Amino acid sequence: MRPKRRRLAFLSVGLVLLGVAVALVLTALEDGVTFFYTPSKVAANDVPAGQQFRLGGLVERGTRRNLEDGVSVAFRVTDCIHSLQVVYKGVLPDLFREGQGVVAIGQLEPGGVFRADTILAKHDENYMPKDLADQLKEQGQWHADGGGKPCAEAKS
Amino acid sequence: MSAEIGHFALIVAAVLALGQSVFPMAGAVRRHGALMSLGGTLATGQFVFVSIAFGALTWAFVTSDFSVANVAQNSHSAKPLLYKITGVWGNHEGSMVLWCLILSLFGACVAWFGSNIAPGLRARVIAIQGVIGLAFLAFVLLTSNPFDRVNPMPPDGRGLNPILQDPGLAFHPPLLYLGYVGFSVTFAFAIAALLEGRVDAAWGRWVRPWALAAWSFLTLGIALGSWWAYYELGWGGFWFWDPVENASFMPWLVGTALLHSAIVAEKRDTLKSWSILLAILTFSLSLLGTFLVRSGVLTSVHTFATDPERGLFILAILAVTIGGALVLYAWRAPALKGGGLFRPISREGALIVNNLLITVAALTVLFGTLYPLIVDALGLGKISVGPPYFNATFIPLMAPLILAMGIAPFLPWKRADLAGALDRLKPIVAVTIGAAVVVVFLEDRHSFAAALGIGLAVWAIGASALEVAGRVRLFRAPFGESLRRAAAMPRSAWGMTLAHAAAGVVVAGITASSVWQTEIVRVMEPGDSAELAGYTVAFAGVREVRVGNYLARRGQFTVSEGGAAIATLWPEKRVYLPQRTPTTEAAIRTTWFADLYIVLGDPDEKGGHAVRLYHNPLVPWIWIGAVLMFLGGMVSLTDRRHRVGAPRRPARPAPARPAEA
Repeated sequence: MRPKRRRLAFLSVGLVLLGVAVALVLTALEDGVTFFYTPSKVAANDVPAGQQFRLGGLVERGTRRNLEDGVSVAFRVTDCIHSLQVVYKGVLPDLFREGQGVVAIGQLEPGGVFRADTILAKHDENYMPKDLADQLKEQGQWHADGGGKPCAEAKS
Repeated sequence: MSAEIGHFALIVAAVLALGQSVFPMAGAVRRHGALMSLGGTLATGQFVFVSIAFGALTWAFVTSDFSVANVAQNSHSAKPLLYKITGVWGNHEGSMVLWCLILSLFGACVAWFGSNIAPGLRARVIAIQGVIGLAFLAFVLLTSNPFDRVNPMPPDGRGLNPILQDPGLAFHPPLLYLGYVGFSVTFAFAIAALLEGRVDAAWGRWVRPWALAAWSFLTLGIALGSWWAYYELGWGGFWFWDPVENASFMPWLVGTALLHSAIVAEKRDTLKSWSILLAILTFSLSLLGTFLVRSGVLTSVHTFATDPERGLFILAILAVTIGGALVLYAWRAPALKGGGLFRPISREGALIVNNLLITVAALTVLFGTLYPLIVDALGLGKISVGPPYFNATFIPLMAPLILAMGIAPFLPWKRADLAGALDRLKPIVAVTIGAAVVVVFLEDRHSFAAALGIGLAVWAIGASALEVAGRVRLFRAPFGESLRRAAAMPRSAWGMTLAHAAAGVVVAGITASSVWQTEIVRVMEPGDSAELAGYTVAFAGVREVRVGNYLARRGQFTVSEGGAAIATLWPEKRVYLPQRTPTTEAAIRTTWFADLYIVLGDPDEKGGHAVRLYHNPLVPWIWIGAVLMFLGGMVSLTDRRHRVGAPRRPARPAPARPAEA
């Protein structure tokens, strides 16, 4: 086989592969991507039911309680305007604290309760998820000192 | 004083790096021998002075010199000595000094061990190492000086993030950097070759050991990080497709492709400009990884020290390096002449398929990692790309790669007979299909994924074993003859076989632990027991203990099998004292075939504790496989071909053609 034709052959194999990869990427993006919403976005009915998404906010003080089965916990996540009831079955991360930032991954149930599969709280006392900080800034709720912490005290 | 000595040594090192960038390059252009050899001396000098700086910083940490801001912020007098030392690179400034140290070490290594490299090429390689060193030393001196003093001096330090006080994570950065930074040498070789405008087979031979060393260390570094995440984060998972993990995984992938294309460049004098492109891309991805981790543009479970302004500096280094290298490539690469001819079905062809699959897979990972940034920049919302995306794109591209990996060693160079190769592989094909069928019938959950994964693992291990058996004529020649052949087999062949089989071991571990993991989450009161995967786990209770610099609630669990107690496990919830930071320490019992993994949660009002129990089959194989890959790389590195500069012997004892019979 002449070098030119050989190069053409490998180039076409490469292009076919690239096409396969693009197809894989496009289908994978359908369910591999999770959006980030705050409780206000959820309250505004922007979120389709049953779709997995990441809920970010502050754990509202005084709302955390253990449920009957002993391993589930319920708490409210707030962005200082709206708040949302969250239920999670499992062991909470070490840095889960009332009044601190949290990201919950899961979906809305028909009753308007957010059922979380994963709870993320970062290994840093001052942690505020970047997405959340940006959203709070957008909503004018950002306080440079402690990142909007005071509002978590308020009942909504 | 040590801080001032360290700071001064860094400045001297930067000046030496400047000289190292200029003189050997000028010498190579003018064919001036003395100028060229000055490069080696300067590279050694740069290494010596960065070592002095690193030593001074280490001294400040060991003696708890809290007048140094970096020590005050990241260390504490009550910390064990080991973590005072590893705390040096447990923070941004110190880790960048470590980066510079390893970079200068690699530059010096080219000078020390590169005597078989053509002088002109070596001088250029050393000069380019100097340029990279200068950029990073400037970065440290201008934006991240670890020797800044603090006034007034605090009475004690703030302590190292307790999650970093762990042997696994302590040695993760040095290994990772040995890999990341090691690829700077292959990058320097690529740029030097483009500047010279000449790439021959010898270039492939010179590049390969550096690529091998960097790749081996990167493998070990990634594995160590994944192992740490597994036992420390307490989720029972080992890989989260987290941006920081991807940042180290992408250079590993493209580095793997480079490792293979360099073989073709060396043995067949072709695929040279492609190898150069891969060398450029690998180091570019290393730099991109550093940028992503250090700038904090991506949030992650792993990053600890981030700062957007420093990110800008690294971004500038990144842009100049990648942009400059690619422009140079576009300008010079078309002039490089291709060499040996071959047919599509051949060893060369198989290695090209390997390269295409790996680079396309790396592209999909890159896209998934950067996609949230792109979407955010376009104002389309905040998203994150999770494991489902990566599993759905990466696995379908890796499956054919592992299939090809089994066949390729049976294909000779230039032209091959695919049907004949498959005919020789018949027993392995049978075993693979058998294993997959057994898995399908054994298990009803996820049967397809499990069958595919286990089948691929059996295939990779089996084909590697058959390949060695063929080479040494096992059972077809007297046993002594087989032993003699095994001993005479080139080390690089042993290394390849080991690494390929290790890939199978890793695939088996990933598949089994993902598909057959069992998990129980429940409240246990003292005296309760739970059944998991044939084990009975009894909870005895929780005690408060104080150890070193932390307080712990320590749970006691007795594991029994068939009524007989076989182990006691002690998972902990710790609170580290200086900062009152809580951490979770999972307790793990491993049999090398499966792990029993216990996490102690929070107590409830009635004296019970939330407990998470996992049974993870074959999970240790992931790390065993990674260590085998590392060993494969090391064995290959000891091949005499890499040490001997003499021309290759024309008649080799048939290493490339296993079993002509």
